[in-house]
Amino acid sequence: MTGNELVLQIFNGMTFGALLFLLASGFTLIFGLMNIMNLAHGGFYLVGGYVGLSVMIATRNFILAVIAGATAIAIVGVIVERGLLRRIRGQANPEVLLTVGLTFAFGDIALAIWSGDPRPIPNPPELSGSMNLLGLTYPTFRVAVVAFAAIVALTLWYLQEHTRFGAIIRAGVDDREMVDALGIDIGRVFTQVFAFGAFLAGIAGVLGGVFMTLYPGADWEIFLFALVVVIIGGPGSLGGAVLGSLIVGLIDSFAKVLVPDLVYFTVFAPMALILVWRPNGLFGRQS
Amino acid sequence: MVLRSRWLQGALVVVLVALFFAAPYLVAPYYLALLAQVLFFALLAMSVDLMGGYTGLMPVGHAGILGISAYVLGYLISTMKAPVGVAVIAALVGTLLVSFIFGWMAVRTKEHFFVAVTLAQGMIVWGLATKWTEVTNAENGLRGISRPAFAVLQWQYYYLTLAVFLICLVLLILIVRSPFGLTLKGIRESESRMRTLGYDTTLHKLIAFMISGFFAGVAGILLAWYNMFISPASAGLTRSAMAVLATLVGGTGTLVGSILGAAIIVVLENIVSTATQRWTTIMGIVFVVSVLFAREGIIGLGMKLAQRRTGAVGPASPVAKGAPEAIVASVGSSTANSVPKG
Repeated sequence: MTGNELVLQIFNGMTFGALLFLLASGFTLIFGLMNIMNLAHGGFYLVGGYVGLSVMIATRNFILAVIAGATAIAIVGVIVERGLLRRIRGQANPEVLLTVGLTFAFGDIALAIWSGDPRPIPNPPELSGSMNLLGLTYPTFRVAVVAFAAIVALTLWYLQEHTRFGAIIRAGVDDREMVDALGIDIGRVFTQVFAFGAFLAGIAGVLGGVFMTLYPGADWEIFLFALVVVIIGGPGSLGGAVLGSLIVGLIDSFAKVLVPDLVYFTVFAPMALILVWRPNGLFGRQS
Repeated sequence: MVLRSRWLQGALVVVLVALFFAAPYLVAPYYLALLAQVLFFALLAMSVDLMGGYTGLMPVGHAGILGISAYVLGYLISTMKAPVGVAVIAALVGTLLVSFIFGWMAVRTKEHFFVAVTLAQGMIVWGLATKWTEVTNAENGLRGISRPAFAVLQWQYYYLTLAVFLICLVLLILIVRSPFGLTLKGIRESESRMRTLGYDTTLHKLIAFMISGFFAGVAGILLAWYNMFISPASAGLTRSAMAVLATLVGGTGTLVGSILGAAIIVVLENIVSTATQRWTTIMGIVFVVSVLFAREGIIGLGMKLAQRRTGAVGPASPVAKGAPEAIVASVGSSTANSVPKG
């Protein structure tokens, strides 16, 4: 591997990691606050991406496509949380199994609507070129994704640490009953966080659709990576999600070049190590 | 268990087993093949039930473990030309080894995390099956996985499957009724209490995972011999989810429920697939509906009905046997067979 190839793989790893962060941050936020393992998060990603694709084809406006995909999935998120998950609140096994069933239904309905062929979302014209980065010509869009993910990470951090809403969420992660007892409608906070996590997943779907294409099975595939991110970083930890996304993104981009036959297997080893030695992740609280 | 009289229950079992034995003389080859599918799929569902229903940790990646066994068998027989006996032993040993590693990773996690981790494990096996072309031949799968000499013909294969299924069923019943099995139920109802009582719950869960994996592996061997073929689809997430759905529909923590559920799912898939391409959608919806509204499954609902009719507590619920858990069970939910709560 030459120096240029090395740099290229690092860039690829960072862009994939940025995409993973968008997905994993919502997933880990929902898990941290509500103790719900939303396995439908990959399904949110894929369907959000497909909605974005349709809007992009219809309007040729990428910003609109991102907003439409994310909003559509946020609405789906509200329906899922209010209509389904609320009925079995607090029962960990049924909750997670419900989201498994949902993902299959979402994926198959998406297959019926958008067909089984891989569908790329067209590059937005403003970001379609490439730029010179450390002596390498690299697609502008991918750089923009990294920048966007960084902005989202900073915004999330600010929201969580410096706003009232963030304080409520942090308190909710620690002790839901107490927050409820303080007169805060925790049920509404749950719905908002769930919808927000879904919104981020929808954005990720549209962005991911541009440089990874959308296809049946992409839902579970990206979810696997997001899950490993959260396992490595620790459930509920934003910093953990940043670090985990980078680690998983880099592992995957190098694995694709060095051992293409073992793509998923390469994230298996770090996942196994963390689960065995540090079940709550690198940043998670040890209970 | 719906029927109160042990005699009636016994008679029903005898009739059913007799019907299964007579099947090659009674039904067309297509239906015989369907029956064989039901049998090895029910075995997979029961292995899921041992973890999900009895221990309270639902594995959503068991088709992956089944896949390990089927692929080891297939690789050794069709690619390496190994003798069938050697391949079977290697497949089961391989399954146990993988179950040990997967179990070691998964059993320390809490129940919903367990679901996610096992799902990831299942996906990783599926990923290897699709990408590791040298060994698995990717989407084309492995062909020519020859059956043992005494089970070459279709009816012989059927009887082999039936015999293996019945042996495994008896073994599973013995396991869940043993002190070990009762300890698993105790862990399901309250792990902290079992730990306080001095049980090494992590070890129990790991052993349960390995036993469960072993039976999934046996099902994998039967599956590989069914069409003498294995492909990634058989090890995929949809298959894993179908096995979970079978236990949910039939009733978790009953074994019988898994058999019933497996029969329903296999038949339903065959019917639905001829009418529409949307089997996965329907499976997903049935999944959601059964989680929301029918947590006890068919067996659980039947028991409830039977109890209502007699007005009594009904036949001894499968849980109220062991000393430590009798206490736990009385504190816990009234339906012993519901998916356990946190």
